[in-house]
Amino acid sequence: MIEYLQILGQEIYKIIFLLVPILVSVAMIVWLDRRVWGLVQKRRGPNVVGPFGLFQTLADALKYIFKEIIIPASANKVVFILAPIVTMTLALVAWAVIPMSENLVLANINVGILYLFAVSSLGVYGIIMGGWASNSKYPFLGAIRSAAQMVSYEVSIGIIIINVLLCVGSLNLNEIVIAQKELWYVIPLFPMFVIFFISALAETNRPPFDLPEAEAELVAGYQTEYSGMMYAMFWLGEYANILLMCAMGSILFLGGWLPVMDVYPLNAIPAPFWMILKILFLFFLFALIKAIVPRYRYDQLMRLGWKIFLPFSLIYLVLTASFLFYFDKLPKVNV
Amino acid sequence: MIAHSIFFYFFSVIAIFSSLMVITSRSTINSVFFLILDFISVGCLFIMVGAEFLGMILLIVYVGAVAVLFLFVVMMLNVAEQKQSWFIGKKSTHIPTGLIVSVLILLELLVVVGGWKYKEDLMSSSTLVLSNVSNTHQLGLVMYTDYILYFQLAGIVLLLAMIGAILLTFRERVGVKKQSYINQISRNPSSSIELIEAKSNQGVKVDD
Repeated sequence: MIEYLQILGQEIYKIIFLLVPILVSVAMIVWLDRRVWGLVQKRRGPNVVGPFGLFQTLADALKYIFKEIIIPASANKVVFILAPIVTMTLALVAWAVIPMSENLVLANINVGILYLFAVSSLGVYGIIMGGWASNSKYPFLGAIRSAAQMVSYEVSIGIIIINVLLCVGSLNLNEIVIAQKELWYVIPLFPMFVIFFISALAETNRPPFDLPEAEAELVAGYQTEYSGMMYAMFWLGEYANILLMCAMGSILFLGGWLPVMDVYPLNAIPAPFWMILKILFLFFLFALIKAIVPRYRYDQLMRLGWKIFLPFSLIYLVLTASFLFYFDKLPKVNV
Repeated sequence: MIAHSIFFYFFSVIAIFSSLMVITSRSTINSVFFLILDFISVGCLFIMVGAEFLGMILLIVYVGAVAVLFLFVVMMLNVAEQKQSWFIGKKSTHIPTGLIVSVLILLELLVVVGGWKYKEDLMSSSTLVLSNVSNTHQLGLVMYTDYILYFQLAGIVLLLAMIGAILLTFRERVGVKKQSYINQISRNPSSSIELIEAKSNQGVKVDD
């Protein structure tokens, strides 16, 4: 019995060492996001609290903690409270399989990429639950929009993942990274990388696909009725999801924790550093896009997902499979 | 092994409890939420017996897509409470139908599990016994070789169902203004702005 408790204790210790850096980095990237957004618009962005305004997010978080949580009288209370919890839990739970280096991973499971895909496809529940339980018009409209949007773009993300898996021959995230030792998949699968990036924007409800919370039409979408800590949890979950999508993109296409080139000064830099650098690079693109692109119209969004991305990624899948088959480059299964 | 059985009973109790709640709870939304909980705990059970691929696919397909649609429909139709007489009252046809279906499923399970347990030659595929490859590889090896026809057939059935569903709900709407994306994107100032000299008291006639 004591053995089990010991194992449990070790795991909890590992989980805390995974979660605390993620929460801190979520706070930091919120700052980075606002900073980049400001710089693009020739403003300074948050620069008052702490050095370079680094503690701005912490100050915001403190403010949210001390605010009152208001639950609307006509809301379905259980679901209303569950929704932000679901969003944040799902965003954090997915990090268990992200490898920061060959050994630095909480759970090195065989079906890592499927796990990531499953958890990111569950993310829609937090939004639907929040929107429905608020019992109010704008949240409900926002929830419906986001459900349709996330389900649509998941399909093309799934096919893009299949594209990469065809080249790797394994669902294990570590093996996906190691398979890119010679050539990052961003080069042969560049169109897929672009589509993945755009779908990730839509999947995380970032601009230009932020229709679920389009402030000009829907107040704040599914978050309208939320206040205080519950709103902050939605917001934390959202940014953790964005980081997760960046991590997924860097694992699938940018070679995860591998250095740019396997030459001396570059491969001396520790692997987690490379992973973080790639995640930050993708996040920087996310932040830039938020600042420079106007919002899509709803029918255009649906058209882009179903009539352009889905057929295109299917055709590319057939092309990839044919190429691998014709040149006999299909990954070998060691049976 | 103790931890294993603790986890097994934990998940199976949740699965059974939530499946009971699906059929007994009054609010339809709660039913759907319990259905989701049921799917998740069954997925966990799959993972516990080593079928991690099936568990994940269950999560992706059923929880990530099918249950979202259920939730969607239930929320849109506003059937929050089941009070109609056809559901609970004497005229109810649901309970007999449900009973017949569940008895059939029980019989099928008995046949399959019994056959699997007591007739060893019932398992036709020899590739499934490989143990040194992960079960994703095993599934792939069997599905795309021995059972390719059934696999393709299932795909075609799904495709037909999809086309059928679209056909059933498709209706040509008249009087709706549609926008052509090509025309919208390929507009430029010279083709969309026209300078017209308007005569006094006559105005300009715009032809749409």
